[in-house]
This record gives sequence, structure tokens and C-alpha cells, in this order.
Amino acid sequence: MSPYEIALTKKERVRSRIIAVFGLVIVWNLLWGEFTWMNIITGALVATAILVVFPLPPVKFGGRVRPLWVIAFFARFFTDLVVASFQVAALAFRPGLPNSAIVKVKLRVVSDLNMTLVAEAVSLVPGSLITEADRQTGTLYIHMLGVEDADHVERLRKEVLLLERRLVRAIGSKEELRKVNAPVPEETSP
Amino acid sequence: MTLENVLDTIAAVCMITGALLSLAAGVALLRFPDLMSRMHAATKPQVLGLLLMLTGCAIRIGALVDITTMVLIAIFQLATAPVAAHMVGRAVYRDGHTRKDLLIVDELAPDADKFTEVSPDQSRQTPGAPR
Repeated sequence: MSPYEIALTKKERVRSRIIAVFGLVIVWNLLWGEFTWMNIITGALVATAILVVFPLPPVKFGGRVRPLWVIAFFARFFTDLVVASFQVAALAFRPGLPNSAIVKVKLRVVSDLNMTLVAEAVSLVPGSLITEADRQTGTLYIHMLGVEDADHVERLRKEVLLLERRLVRAIGSKEELRKVNAPVPEETSP
Repeated sequence: MTLENVLDTIAAVCMITGALLSLAAGVALLRFPDLMSRMHAATKPQVLGLLLMLTGCAIRIGALVDITTMVLIAIFQLATAPVAAHMVGRAVYRDGHTRKDLLIVDELAPDADKFTEVSPDQSRQTPGAPR
């Protein structure tokens, strides 16, 4: 199904609203600094009002959460964040201008949720930022900083696909898992 | 060495590292050649610097009411910094303000046209990257 024509069933729509309300109530309580019944009730009212006024775009979540892989994903994510930060910091003090590259990576799982999460994570880990995204084909155009040569580009490209695999392992569906567990295809090369 | 000393030391290390990373982000903002590179500085060292600062503060303050707010700051920082960087970077690329001479490869250039058009149905037959 093309991501442009997301049709949610009634049940899915109700479920995604409930999740949204739940999330907003938690944020509300964190803002007040404590979880009390009063905060939960007022939070639920505010959340409902927000969702009525600003309805969220439909998000299709067909997977299931695998807690161990979620932990693994975050552990790796924070390690990468630390490494990336020190890399960029080192580049800042190194003489000479850093080279960059814009690389096209076609994700294997084409869904709004997957693309968003991969893009968020990619932006925070080693030297990469999203320049452009093609929602229809699930393609990300990633700006990479501190690239030395073509080999380095290929390594980073593989990193992005591995990140996608870690993410799908954490929250993807069975079918998505099969897609990412297949050997990394030779991207777009003729 | 009491527990309090240990916590103070951890907090101090977090804060100093966080401050140094933020300094590095500032230096990078000044030194990097184009906006795309600068956005890297604004997303990575800056975010980690802030997270470390918040961790340090959380350890020193230790009041749950304040820590919950800091958790929110951390979450929203992680969620919004990449989006902001993407929006700015994308606008700048379209405007042609990227230093192309510093790009080793640019795989967006051949496809750039299709993002400026609005038509949703383009057939995709993009050849591979130049090798």
C-alpha cells in the first residue's frame, strides 16, 4: 500500500487516539512534576481538547514491541550519539575544512512511522543529517559530515541500513522483519 | 569519600563535559564552511552537551518536581533538533547555498528536480550513484 493512501480502520483510529491521549497525559503530569489523580484528569481533558483541535495525521503501526530489542536499540543509539558528538567536536577544532557528501539511502520498510524514526535517529548519530526525504519510495537523502572517500560513504550507507534493521527489530511487524533481515541489497547500482 | 561526594563528582564531570561540548558546538558553528555542516554542530554536540548538563543538574538538585521537567526538556530536544536541522538544511539545499566543492558525492543533485515539483506520481528510474 502506498503511504499516501493510509486508511485506518475504526479500531486502529481509536487505538492511535488512545495512545496519543496517554502520551499527552504523561507529558502533562511531567510538566506539573507529579502524578496525581487531579493531574491525570485535567491532563486527559487537555489532551482530548488538543486532539480535537489539532488532529494527528494517521499513523499506521502494524508491528509489535520487543522490549529487549528496544533496549538494545537505545543502548546503541546513545553510544552512537556520544561518539558522534565527540567526532563533530573534534572536527570543530581540526584545521582545514571538513568534506561532506549527500548520500541517497533507500529504506527497505516504506512507512511513515519507520521513515520518521529512522530519520530522527540518523540525524543524531555519526555525522549525518537528513537533507531531503521521499515519502513515496521511502528514500532518505542524507548529508554526511567528515567523509573521507567513497569507501567511507559506502560504510555510512550500510550503517543507516543497519540502524533501520535495529529499529524494525525493536518495533516492526513480522513481515517488515523479513524485509530487513534479507541481505543488504545492492542499492540502485545497475 | 561519602556518597554525596561521589554524586557531586559525577555531577561535576557531567556539567564540565556538557559545557565543553557546547563550546565545541559554538566553535563548529563559526568554523564550518556551509550551513549544512553547521547544522551538524547544532544537532550532535549541542544535544549531548545539553543532556549532560541536565544530568548534572538532576543529580545536584535531586528534587523529583524539577527532574520531571528536565526529562521533558531532554525528550523534546532529542525529538525536535533533527527536525529543525532538516527543515533548514532542505531549504538551503534548494536555494543552492551548499558548498558543492566540498561534497565528495551528491546523490541528491540528479533527483533534486522531483522535489521542486508538486506532482505526486513520478516514475522512479534513477540510475545509481556515479562511481
